[in-house]
Amino acid sequence: MDGVTGEVRDPGLQPERTRLAWRRTTLSCTVAAVLAARQAVHGGDVSAAGVLGAGLSLLVWVAFLVVAHRRIAALGRGRPRALRGPAAVAAAGCTVALAGFAVAVVL
Amino acid sequence: MGDFGRDVRLWFSPQRVREEGETPDYRFSLANERTFLAWLRTGLALVGGGFAVDQFLPDLRWGVRVGMALVLLGAGALCALRAVNHWVRCERAMRRGEDLPVSRFPALLSLAVGLVALAMVLAVVSGWTG
Repeated sequence: MDGVTGEVRDPGLQPERTRLAWRRTTLSCTVAAVLAARQAVHGGDVSAAGVLGAGLSLLVWVAFLVVAHRRIAALGRGRPRALRGPAAVAAAGCTVALAGFAVAVVL
Repeated sequence: MGDFGRDVRLWFSPQRVREEGETPDYRFSLANERTFLAWLRTGLALVGGGFAVDQFLPDLRWGVRVGMALVLLGAGALCALRAVNHWVRCERAMRRGEDLPVSRFPALLSLAVGLVALAMVLAVVSGWTG
């Protein structure tokens, strides 16, 4: 696989599996963000608050993409370091932000 | 609760995790990371479910719809926060050579999901008959 430059490849393909896990998670985040944006501009009447909500969910999605992209790039090295705390908190923060946004819309 | 405060500080300072014990085999850290991501996906799916309940079940009574959406959204947010916490605790346990932390969170989560599913079945059935 391209991007993997290690002296010794791990026969269990752990870095690749972890990269794919990040991709799956990015897909899940995309679905949630699309639902959030759809919720924001629901019902046809596009108000300023709706546009703001859609923009915010897009922003959360982009933030997750950045975190995932950086981690995937780091996993391309032969012997990747462990995930860093702030990246994990940022990834989880995107989920919490979408949930909080949803609560604001639902109520 | 003091333990939890210390864990939360660990979330943000990877070097403090790194000070303790020995670096485990990187494959164990990656496995821990994948577990974290799996929990994160679970949380995202629950949040997506919360959005879906609100958007695709407009015929339900307001209270039922909002109640189910809030339970799903709360479970999703909790899942994400707990994913970080569990990841940090596992990472630390591996560095110290301790047993991995045990947790009753999966049992509580499955109970909550089961209850929401039951509520949805009841809502749909009562919608058909009534």
